[in-house]
Amino acid sequence: MKVIVCMKQVPDTEANIKIDSDNKSISEAGIKFIINPYSEYAVEEAIKLKEAGKAESVTAISWGPERVTEALKTAVAMGVDDVLLLKTDTSSVDTFSTAKILAEKIKSMEYDLIIMGKETIDDGSMQLGPMLGELLNIPCVTVVTKLDVDGEQVTAKREIEGGSETVETTTPCIITCQKGLNEPRYPSIRGVMMAKKKQITAEPVSYESENVSINNLSYPAARAEGKVVGEGADAVPELVRLLREEAKVL
Amino acid sequence: MSAILVVTEIQNNELKKASFEAVSQARRLADQLGHSVTALVTGADVQALAASLGEYGADNVLIAQDVKLENYNPDYYKAIVLEAVKSVSPEIVLFAATVQGRDLAPRVAAALQKSLASDCTGLDVVDGNLEIEHPLYAGKVFAKFSLDSDIKLLSLRPGVFEAETAAKQAVVNALDLPALESRITVKEINKTGGDKLDVTEADIIITGGRGVRSAENFKIIEELAQVLGAAVGATRAVVDSEWRSHDEQVGQTGKVVSPSLYIMCGASGSIQHWAGMAGSKCIVAVNKDPEAPIMKRADYSIVGDLFEVIPALTQEIKKIKG
Repeated sequence: MKVIVCMKQVPDTEANIKIDSDNKSISEAGIKFIINPYSEYAVEEAIKLKEAGKAESVTAISWGPERVTEALKTAVAMGVDDVLLLKTDTSSVDTFSTAKILAEKIKSMEYDLIIMGKETIDDGSMQLGPMLGELLNIPCVTVVTKLDVDGEQVTAKREIEGGSETVETTTPCIITCQKGLNEPRYPSIRGVMMAKKKQITAEPVSYESENVSINNLSYPAARAEGKVVGEGADAVPELVRLLREEAKVL
Repeated sequence: MSAILVVTEIQNNELKKASFEAVSQARRLADQLGHSVTALVTGADVQALAASLGEYGADNVLIAQDVKLENYNPDYYKAIVLEAVKSVSPEIVLFAATVQGRDLAPRVAAALQKSLASDCTGLDVVDGNLEIEHPLYAGKVFAKFSLDSDIKLLSLRPGVFEAETAAKQAVVNALDLPALESRITVKEINKTGGDKLDVTEADIIITGGRGVRSAENFKIIEELAQVLGAAVGATRAVVDSEWRSHDEQVGQTGKVVSPSLYIMCGASGSIQHWAGMAGSKCIVAVNKDPEAPIMKRADYSIVGDLFEVIPALTQEIKKIKG
């Protein structure tokens, strides 16, 4: 079985996001980039399948500017066999544009299973997996917390509102990963050494003309200054009074 | 005159609050744009639900009813929505950005070869055009943008748009069902926690952090939640320690919530947690440390021991409710 992992590089969750002077993009100065946490579950799951003898190869694909090679090198260090960068210096807030670029590339590849995170923490769109499924005309199962692959049979436990469900489908298919699926490994020192030598193939791509255009970016409205109601249990009656009469939420 | 199609969702044979919010928003947009509103309701036995959609402003209701539609299957539901789109020819399609909506909407969009604006927190008509707002970078930044498309698909964040009655006598029709085929089979459904209120639907949330110290101690949080009809939330630390389940986790790698009241105790309030609850209308923090980040950002704070304050709060509420 050949596995493709789609992964993205994103700003670290601690990053202080600053809007650029054009008001339509963010400044990358001083930002630490990481592999999207949900993409890490995908990389880990693919490598586990390889270690279990179920996958013969794992290829990780990512997209974006040159700096993304760092994320791909980390994936190699974790144990991915091949990596590919779909290189573009523009970013897109339209996930459908990204889905089209990925579908175009993946159509030319051999694969049985595509694994990716359920969302990326930069735009949080949660669209890529299901959209890619439509474009490739293969089933997509989202927010998976447990995955079992037996030949062509895929059994996945997924999160639903108020619980979980177990679904079955067959390869080729797409799985999007939810937290709890696995614990991503730290790259070994040997892995990091090998990754340093890895040649990263980069293919230039460009997003089609955008249907989505950003008018402006803004910071969230500042909250009014809060008040310290008091100390300990004695402050409780006053808090309740304020919540009822001032905030009007009780 | 064009149409706005609202894809509604049912749970336990009732329409979700987020669906009424979407219908209301559709009504408000429709009145500005001169469109009509059609609500689509899908399930095994949904005829009786149609009238309530009229109460929230739907001019028309399309019923997709079949025993096969009792539980969500992405391919069946996608086929239903595509059929409704064919029938209604809407200019705008609205979904609620619920767990189900976020799985369904992108499939429909891609099948129509269109983009999707998901998890929208703002939607206005500006100069006759739709201006959309949604968060980026876990809410650290908000983007306002335009969607240039003959069919605009959007999903709306639950708890943000107001559900408002606008009584219409909705015309109810049955949708001609398309073929329902899928390569995905649901083998088993496990609902945990019975009738537990989900944090994404709750109007009041009480969240406990690591300071609660154990799974057993969460009982005091549950008691407060019970008297307030609130949901219990958890920080990542609490879920990682397995004191609470992941579906209660609020934060960047958990759920984003928009309650009227968010009470937080035993947690300092990390950036990642803030990302999940910054949209709360009113935030209350209880912490021994007056310098904890959440204490600076909360609307009201009490410096104190949660093991004293939370039970006292429960008693006070009980007293008031009588």
